[in-house]
Amino acid sequence: MKFGVVIFPGSNCDHDMIYVLRKIMGQEVVELWHKETSLQKCDMIILPGGFSYGDYLRSGAIARFSPIMEKISEFADKGGYVFGVCNGFQIACEAGLLPGALLHNSDRKFHCKNVFIKTQNNHTLITSGIPKDKALKIPIAHGEGNYFNDAESLKQMNENGQILFRYCDEKGNITPEANPNGSIENIAGVCNAKKNVFGMMPHPERASDTELGNTDGKFLFESILSLVQA
Amino acid sequence: MKFKAEINVMPLKALLDPQGKAVTGSMKNIGLPEITNVRIGKHISIEIEAASKEAAQKKAEESCKKLLANPIMEFFEISIEESK
Repeated sequence: MKFGVVIFPGSNCDHDMIYVLRKIMGQEVVELWHKETSLQKCDMIILPGGFSYGDYLRSGAIARFSPIMEKISEFADKGGYVFGVCNGFQIACEAGLLPGALLHNSDRKFHCKNVFIKTQNNHTLITSGIPKDKALKIPIAHGEGNYFNDAESLKQMNENGQILFRYCDEKGNITPEANPNGSIENIAGVCNAKKNVFGMMPHPERASDTELGNTDGKFLFESILSLVQA
Repeated sequence: MKFKAEINVMPLKALLDPQGKAVTGSMKNIGLPEITNVRIGKHISIEIEAASKEAAQKKAEESCKKLLANPIMEFFEISIEESK
């Protein structure tokens, strides 16, 4: 499978993502500079974490107008797979590829720590291989990860299985205490209605190498490969 | 003609504004407990080349809708004056 990892000025999780996809998952990966306009026939485009354009104006607001984003929107419209992590999630929301927005964390703090998330829909490209009901331990690192959408949109997203992950405790209980940033309904990750664009605040690429003592993020990459290569 | 637009982008009233909340808390500490409900947004000033004030207003609105404000979390107000 061929992955394209987009690099914006200010991306800083691009190489973690490339390392995991190339070295751990053994896949072909190309780096796509944000000014490029060719997606090089990639099967999946990754929008990595970081602080594109210094988070000026709003996180992801300026990156969404980078030249490559127009091509990525066309690619997604045709059913191409796009996966945004952290700042990539923020960019995908700003670009309208995903519903909702990411607000400042409700407690005003930047959180960099392991959290637990529970899969809410096991029938998508990035979640199918995750053991059902397992609380995944995956780190977050953000100041603006407070997911928000209006009540009507949330209702539709819930009915349509677009909520992918919710923050939970170690045992998998979805509680207010387990919510690190004030996200509405504890939402940590979502997908679009067509289920080909995915976004999440936790960093699966930081939890995929045994050297780091935590490999729960690898379930997501294995899901992608098992479905696409099946 | 050249116009100057002063734009305020504010968090939606229904949303928690963590920055405003922190500053509200500080008001007590500086002896101004009567000041409450601080809301913090952005003030953006732009210059617009346009044939009329109405045309400039339209351009300013377009810039807000496309880039300067995110309607899911913010609302905006624009005031326009001709640049002297």
